[in-house]
Amino acid sequence: MPEQIQIRLNDQPVSVSAGTVVAAALAQAGQTRFRSSVQGEARGPLCGMGLCMECRVTINGQANCRSCQILCEEGMEVRTDA
Amino acid sequence: MPETRLSFEVAVVGGGPAGLAAACAAAESGRRTALLDDTPWLGGQIWRGQQAHPVIPQATFWIEKFRRSKAVLLDQCAVLGPISPRTLLTEHPRGPRQIEWEKLILATGARELFLPFPGWTLPGNFGPGGLQSLAKHGWPVAGRRIVLAGSGPLLLAVAHGLQNMGARIVSINEQAPWSRLLPFALQLYRRPAKMKEAVRLKWALRQTPYRCGVWPLRAEGTDQVRAVILTDGRRQWTEECDFLACGFGLVPNLELPLALGCQLDNGFVKIDPWQVSSVPGIYCAGEITGIGGADAALLEGRIAGLSAGGQEQAALALQAQRLQWHHFRQGLAQAFALREELAHLAAPETIVCRCEDVTCAKMKSFSCWREAKLQTRCGMGPCQGRVCGPAAKVLFGWGMESVRPPILPARVETLCPGP
Repeated sequence: MPEQIQIRLNDQPVSVSAGTVVAAALAQAGQTRFRSSVQGEARGPLCGMGLCMECRVTINGQANCRSCQILCEEGMEVRTDA
Repeated sequence: MPETRLSFEVAVVGGGPAGLAAACAAAESGRRTALLDDTPWLGGQIWRGQQAHPVIPQATFWIEKFRRSKAVLLDQCAVLGPISPRTLLTEHPRGPRQIEWEKLILATGARELFLPFPGWTLPGNFGPGGLQSLAKHGWPVAGRRIVLAGSGPLLLAVAHGLQNMGARIVSINEQAPWSRLLPFALQLYRRPAKMKEAVRLKWALRQTPYRCGVWPLRAEGTDQVRAVILTDGRRQWTEECDFLACGFGLVPNLELPLALGCQLDNGFVKIDPWQVSSVPGIYCAGEITGIGGADAALLEGRIAGLSAGGQEQAALALQAQRLQWHHFRQGLAQAFALREELAHLAAPETIVCRCEDVTCAKMKSFSCWREAKLQTRCGMGPCQGRVCGPAAKVLFGWGMESVRPPILPARVETLCPGP
């Protein structure tokens, strides 16, 4: 059993295995909409390698973090703009 | 306060196969070497996840070799561009770092080519490599129905990887026709390892349809992909899925070489047999000089590392092998050349620039990338044209003329350090 990490996603507690990226934690919690586009469309990760910026979320108050490139850390606060 | 200004004899950008081989060779040559990478992992996109769950012996070998070398790893270091001729500005989560170099090796790799079609902006549509990377880091795929579409050898490899993680692969749809793929597949006898790998993947996926000459027309769903409409040019059909993994091959990450002034040749960085670019002191290796996979990248990386380390004679011995890989690259490009129809998948209202929501019709009314950018903001959002730029090249024939640093979004503190 890999070590479990607790994060908070839009104020809800989420538990994930160590080595999980933030984007995957969101998907595990059932979140498909990561951000709203300029016109308000739902968007989620596309490139999975930190280039397209579609997966950006706010992490520990820092806006526009690439959730596909950042590993979950204990106590992390993640917010989506949706 | 971490050290904010570091100095190296050789700096390598990119921790994939080319970068690892380059850093090892430069360090072996006795040069004080650093390897910079954007991610917290080693191995680049192609070997992502190999540190945590090693399955590819070649990846383990190179990651271990790098760890045993004297080269310094600077991970999570996003390179923003040059701030002086011999200094790079980088951003680390703990703050900015300036990296001074005497020789610079660029191994920034490639990304997937995305072409817009109706529904491609729906959540649940990924690049195949992108979905595999996410899945390796916890994205749930077990039990999910996945359609793969687009082009390139990656489709088969990704389908296999996802299947091993419990995904249900509905179908694999390669846009290139059999008539192009077959001659390429047959001449793989000259590369037994590649041939063996292709046969192994095909056998593992024998229950899954692998179709050639088939491409996606549109994806359907309201807030998420639910189905994809495919065609072989004669008829159309619908396949339901939870995720669509669609990418049309790879395009080189040229932003940094361009920002440093390296000249291009036919869409890739122009290099000499020692991997030296048009800018003295800057070497380029791997996918940015031609799309050819990990083996070609390892070889080019080694040549670049040896050359930068002053061992031109040792690099000379690798030239025959290098030429063979360049032939392989040409074969790959011909076999998986994109069909004309793919440039016309986007409807007038289909969004091409996802960052700024700019439609195909809006962009089409301009004559070049620069003019379209000025008038519509296409390519000026956070991805800085990394997705829509290569797409616009296929759709409208536009080339990207210049790149301006910072080449990635950066924090204000990084660009204007306080007192």
